[in-house]
Amino acid sequence: MPWIPRGLREGIVTTRYPRRPDGYGPSFQGSIVARAGHGAGGGLTEVVETCPTGAISLRDGQAQVDRGLCVLCARCTHMFPEVFAFDPSFETSVIDRRQLVVPDIDEDDTGLEMARAELGRRVKALRRSIHIRHVDGGSDGSEEWEVAALTNPIYDVQRLGIFFTASPRHADVLLVTGVGSAGMQVPLRHTFEVMPDPKVVIAAGVDAISGGLLGRGYAAGGGVGDVVPVDVFVPGSPPTPFGLLHGILLAIGLLPPTSGAKVQRGPAEEKGATHGSAFPEDPPREAGP
Amino acid sequence: MTSERAVTAPAVEEFAEVVARRIEGGARFCGLFASAREPGTRLLAVVDQDGSLQTDDVVVRAGVDRYRALTPRIPAAAWYEREIHDLFGLVPDGHPRPDPLVFPFPHGAARPRPGAGQRLGAADPDLTPLETHLRGEGVFTIPYGPVRSGVFESIEYLVETPGEDIPHLRTRVFYKHRGTELRFEGMGVEDGVLLAERCEGVASVAHAVAFCGAIERIAGVEVPVRAGLVRVLHAELERVANHLDSTIRHTEAAGQAVAYARLSLHKERVQRLRAELCGSRFGRGVVVPGGVAGPPALGAQDLLPAINQLEGAIRSDMRLLLATPSFVDRLRTTGVLRPDIAQSYAAVGPVGRASGQMEDVRFARPYAAYGRLGHQLLEVRDGGDALARQRVRLDEMWGAFHLIRQSVDVLDELGEPERGAWSVPVEMASGEALGWAEAPQGELLYLVELEEGRLVRVKPRSASFHNLALLPMAFPNDILTDFAFIEASFGLSIAGAAS
Repeated sequence: MPWIPRGLREGIVTTRYPRRPDGYGPSFQGSIVARAGHGAGGGLTEVVETCPTGAISLRDGQAQVDRGLCVLCARCTHMFPEVFAFDPSFETSVIDRRQLVVPDIDEDDTGLEMARAELGRRVKALRRSIHIRHVDGGSDGSEEWEVAALTNPIYDVQRLGIFFTASPRHADVLLVTGVGSAGMQVPLRHTFEVMPDPKVVIAAGVDAISGGLLGRGYAAGGGVGDVVPVDVFVPGSPPTPFGLLHGILLAIGLLPPTSGAKVQRGPAEEKGATHGSAFPEDPPREAGP
Repeated sequence: MTSERAVTAPAVEEFAEVVARRIEGGARFCGLFASAREPGTRLLAVVDQDGSLQTDDVVVRAGVDRYRALTPRIPAAAWYEREIHDLFGLVPDGHPRPDPLVFPFPHGAARPRPGAGQRLGAADPDLTPLETHLRGEGVFTIPYGPVRSGVFESIEYLVETPGEDIPHLRTRVFYKHRGTELRFEGMGVEDGVLLAERCEGVASVAHAVAFCGAIERIAGVEVPVRAGLVRVLHAELERVANHLDSTIRHTEAAGQAVAYARLSLHKERVQRLRAELCGSRFGRGVVVPGGVAGPPALGAQDLLPAINQLEGAIRSDMRLLLATPSFVDRLRTTGVLRPDIAQSYAAVGPVGRASGQMEDVRFARPYAAYGRLGHQLLEVRDGGDALARQRVRLDEMWGAFHLIRQSVDVLDELGEPERGAWSVPVEMASGEALGWAEAPQGELLYLVELEEGRLVRVKPRSASFHNLALLPMAFPNDILTDFAFIEASFGLSIAGAAS
């Protein structure tokens, strides 16, 4: 009995994301951006060579960061702060591996629209309530903490009709973490095969996208894409709960693919982007912590 | 650590005897590590003699590839010898159960042999099911995993049971084996820290501290006082988060929905505080060779109230939780690890401390700034059940808050830093050393060999690896429904165990 008042002690702490942008950004290193228009000069070549996962490349003097490889070690931001910087945005998930290379120079969207439309068709039937099966495909363990955090009172994904399920046969979404270790390839493929159609696969974290620092060893693959077909890529090392939530919402078509919701504090929050008819505005309430 | 014993057959024959005598003389077995080293494979046994680490080594000549197993006299060596068998193909003669452990290479396949600097192509594990150990009417095996019901790391438990009791349990960790040891080879030390942080992601800070401790010992440098204090701050926040996680998993298994929600809220706040201090929710990037990357982003005036508020909230909820009979009843007398077993298997961390093995590396071999800070001695607990482990974790959490406050205070008192206050340059030295830390899971060791600044051999030894071998021994009178509690009360990371 004493637990009942305790559960009410702090009122509502739950984020209002994605209906409203969340204020938990500025303290936090979400992704690396390479500023466009800078970067002529020899120093950049050194940065390219120093990046531990080879995530930085140069094209016509413009630096590009591959977020599918970036482990957020910050080395480039120390070496070349005028070009590389942290961005607090966690809305970095994409549905095409090539979109993780930023800034996009080619603007070659061939195939992207088709992929987007195909995914949209596939998930149409899932929209109101989805079940996620998580599989650890050889992670470092931190990803599991972040996935599990989605059920804590701050993220509380059940409020969005998102549930974790024990059985792959109930699952709509396969959320995979880890490098795709040799031992997990058969169990992972099997889990994917027994899931009913339509189904969506999310690769969570750089390890799952590319293998990160560990990829292509004798027992570590180059990400889980070699084992199961990936629909959504969530960068981060590990991805944060907000990053994962963005990826899940992107996978099931509850976010526009290029959501403009910037993470800001203050008055901008009130003008924050809304996300279509899936989330009608709710009445304002006391903000969370 | 440079005294290499003669490369002769008698030396190899004696090796088990030499190490066993140390153990029988009262030393604690910490690990057995191998490295490819001309003209064969070098074995290095590490023991803890009255708080200081002692080593013995021997080289097993290539072509011989066998040695007398340590396990018959030192049960704690069992998993180490199986791991060395997997990775080096070295046969421990007389080992009671030399089954594959970290990776079941098919017969005759090339082994990674860490230390040789080789690149090995993709390997396929031999997935042949294990033989059952128990025979008898109605005895069957329940394989649980590697894909488990819930958000867990992948591991397979094979429960051999006549129905309710668990007379025999085996674990298979190879599913997550990622070949991290080979990955270190050839890296510089800066990249090495990043990889160390990802060996066992929930203990990133401890791994970075232990790895850098070895590097700094080779280079012969001391980290600045302030850097040591920042290391303590982040390592203790990591401990609080891990101990909360273990408790959260207990409440989940016990169906305590409100307690689950409350404690996960506290854990989230700890993770956010860590992100506010350094940008990473797991303290990554804080520890660098020679010190830390910089000061914490919050000063004492912001940090101390946040810490006090967190501790107050956690204390209040834990007081109620431990007075909730439907919770405590699930832990009491569940998963008893007998003190004599804990001793013969040299259990470490909270698992060991709940069964009378009191050593804590932070105070036995002080590193970072632990030697400068005061600490309360833990109450001796030897109940050995899940409740005792829970209580040890609580004691350690309060101790962690105490250490955090002290390190923040001392940092504040030291005032404005001069140049070089956060790290000292680490000369690109050559040599070999051990590094250590008390991770939330227990004693963490790093064996590091460096050649002109390049990593030649890195062997992380997580407490998860050492303690997971003890899990099957914690089911003396337990039934299948206790499983979740016993596993959560061990609080181990499979990534750390599978390497």
